[in-house]
Amino acid sequence: MSREASRRGAWLAWVVQSLLVLAVVAGAFWVVHHALEVLRARGVRSGFDFLVEPAGFSISEGWLDFDASQPFWRAFLAGLVNTVRASVPAAIFSVVLGTLIGIGRLAPHVLLRGICTAYVELLRNVPLLVQLLMLAFAIANLLPDPTEPVRLLPGVWLSKAGLSVPWPASGEGGWWPTHFEWPERGDFGVSGGAALSPEYVTIVAGLSFYSAAFVAEIVRAGILSVSQGQVLAGQALGLTPVQQLRIVILPQALRVIVPSLTNQLLSLTKNSSLAVAVGYPELVSVANTTIGSNGRAFECIAIIMAVYLLLSLLISFGMNRYNARVALRGWR
Amino acid sequence: MKNRFRPALAVAATVAAFAAAAPAFAGKTLDAVKQRGTVKCGVTNGVAGFSAPDTQGNWSGLDVDTCRAIAAAVLGDPKKVDFVPLNSQQRFSALQAGEIDILARNTTWTLTRDTSLGFNFTTITYYDGQGFLVPKKLKVTSAKQLKNATICTQSGTTNEKNVSDYFRAQNIPVKTVVFESFEASFKAFFSGRCQAFTTDASALAGLRNKEAPNPDDYVILPELISKEPLAPLVRRGDDEWFAIAKWVPNALIEAEEFGVTQANADELKANSKDPAQQRLVGTGEDLGKLLGLDKDWSFRAIKAVGNYGEMFERNVGPKSVLKLPRGSNNLWNKGGLIYAPPVR
Repeated sequence: MSREASRRGAWLAWVVQSLLVLAVVAGAFWVVHHALEVLRARGVRSGFDFLVEPAGFSISEGWLDFDASQPFWRAFLAGLVNTVRASVPAAIFSVVLGTLIGIGRLAPHVLLRGICTAYVELLRNVPLLVQLLMLAFAIANLLPDPTEPVRLLPGVWLSKAGLSVPWPASGEGGWWPTHFEWPERGDFGVSGGAALSPEYVTIVAGLSFYSAAFVAEIVRAGILSVSQGQVLAGQALGLTPVQQLRIVILPQALRVIVPSLTNQLLSLTKNSSLAVAVGYPELVSVANTTIGSNGRAFECIAIIMAVYLLLSLLISFGMNRYNARVALRGWR
Repeated sequence: MKNRFRPALAVAATVAAFAAAAPAFAGKTLDAVKQRGTVKCGVTNGVAGFSAPDTQGNWSGLDVDTCRAIAAAVLGDPKKVDFVPLNSQQRFSALQAGEIDILARNTTWTLTRDTSLGFNFTTITYYDGQGFLVPKKLKVTSAKQLKNATICTQSGTTNEKNVSDYFRAQNIPVKTVVFESFEASFKAFFSGRCQAFTTDASALAGLRNKEAPNPDDYVILPELISKEPLAPLVRRGDDEWFAIAKWVPNALIEAEEFGVTQANADELKANSKDPAQQRLVGTGEDLGKLLGLDKDWSFRAIKAVGNYGEMFERNVGPKSVLKLPRGSNNLWNKGGLIYAPPVR
């Protein structure tokens, strides 16, 4: 093909793709516009103006303080922050636990291998919602009543109300922590300090355990993809099994592991929306409450979709950058 | 994961669908109901006394009876109702999208809901108020003693907002733990996660009697922190259906006022000389034609579920597990608030 012809081909492709994008955007715009029009005709108030009105409900845990007099947009922000607060630790735990189990599934030791295989088969075949409800049930029934908390260490209390620990606190109006606030026993259980609520523990643990099963399989596939010759070479150099794994096998396995792991982290983040079933106030929970109070289902669902899209794109971007670093040079 | 989004997706899809087919929806719910042969009635997933299925899947309750009465009036058979269980977040979208003809799901009549959702509330069928259930061993006798307590409730309800308003006004800090389902919220409370549980007082009584491990271990606090007038809703823009949904419950209330019961309706139809009774049993002037129904519409409704007092007694009153007093829900001429405009 001559250079000119190939340039014309590229130009044509660009035009076609632009038209396609334009058509999709116009189509989406028309659907949304028409739906809002119909809602208006049916006497349903619509639009995003409600976001600046006071929310009227409170959110009792999270990194971002929120009370009922603050506007809806801040409630959604607090919900988003809570989604991240649950997803990030769960992602870290599931990768660590999943890697260990994945390696364990290939261990020479029969019992260890059996336990790891059983873990994977059990956890990935039971729906996450069921696991979450079971965890919540176990926590609710096994821990002591909030009025009779167990003191694990000085200042560390455990009960159905959660795990309370001393936490740095600032004095009046200051930002800088000046002292430790110690949890104390009150009439209705422990107050003060910082508390990990049972709802939070349930969602983080549930997501971690569930996702770890999938991560384990990804890690196992990654390790198996490394050629046997590399292992033999490692042995010939006199490396211990742990050294072989750390220096030779895992770095090469990462090339197979990372792209699949990205998918797993994406689904973990989206699964965090199940937290609403166990009482943890994340984004979907805030949206549900909002729909219940003003009926703006269309708008709230649009917000949920946009936020999860944004989170997913961020994770994909980060993981793709990482993938580029571990990928074999010359593959790109 | 998927099913977490299912209600949301269903709503989005239905909005899109009726966006495309809007003209077909213009009014005429009655025609659709007659053609389909059933009334689609949105109810709770299970609140004793109001709408709850038994082990055979038969629904009963005050809200259920309202739908059965409408089916009897419109279709001649109280059994011709499709009950659609909805949680509190799904209920409004389901009605907006046309999945149900009437929402009879202990829903509080508020200005926002009345004006901004595209609905009309029909007739108040129960005057409720929000209360608190606490374990006896905490020795709490008033909601004002709940400082720093954790309170369990359900998301997307007026309860969630009222509890926030009430304690803010009193300047008492409390924590709320909010669950998506009613069942999850009360189970968390009975397992000891929260020191108090809040919802409408009628439901509290049902919970204590049916769900508590030992009912005597729990007390309902005296404070009612809100007015919760519960009423069925229909979509706006169909005045004919709105009128039916309003006047069937009104006829049941008037039947109690004029002494027409499930048992004596036949006899009164044959012999009554009282014009008010005659209108209710279909031997007086024909009011049915004004509703697009026949002469016997209210007679069939009364035969199906009894008058309002009978409905109350059977579902939430002395003959039920809830054993709630009539209180505000007595007839206007017996010291209560239940009042129907004249059926004439």
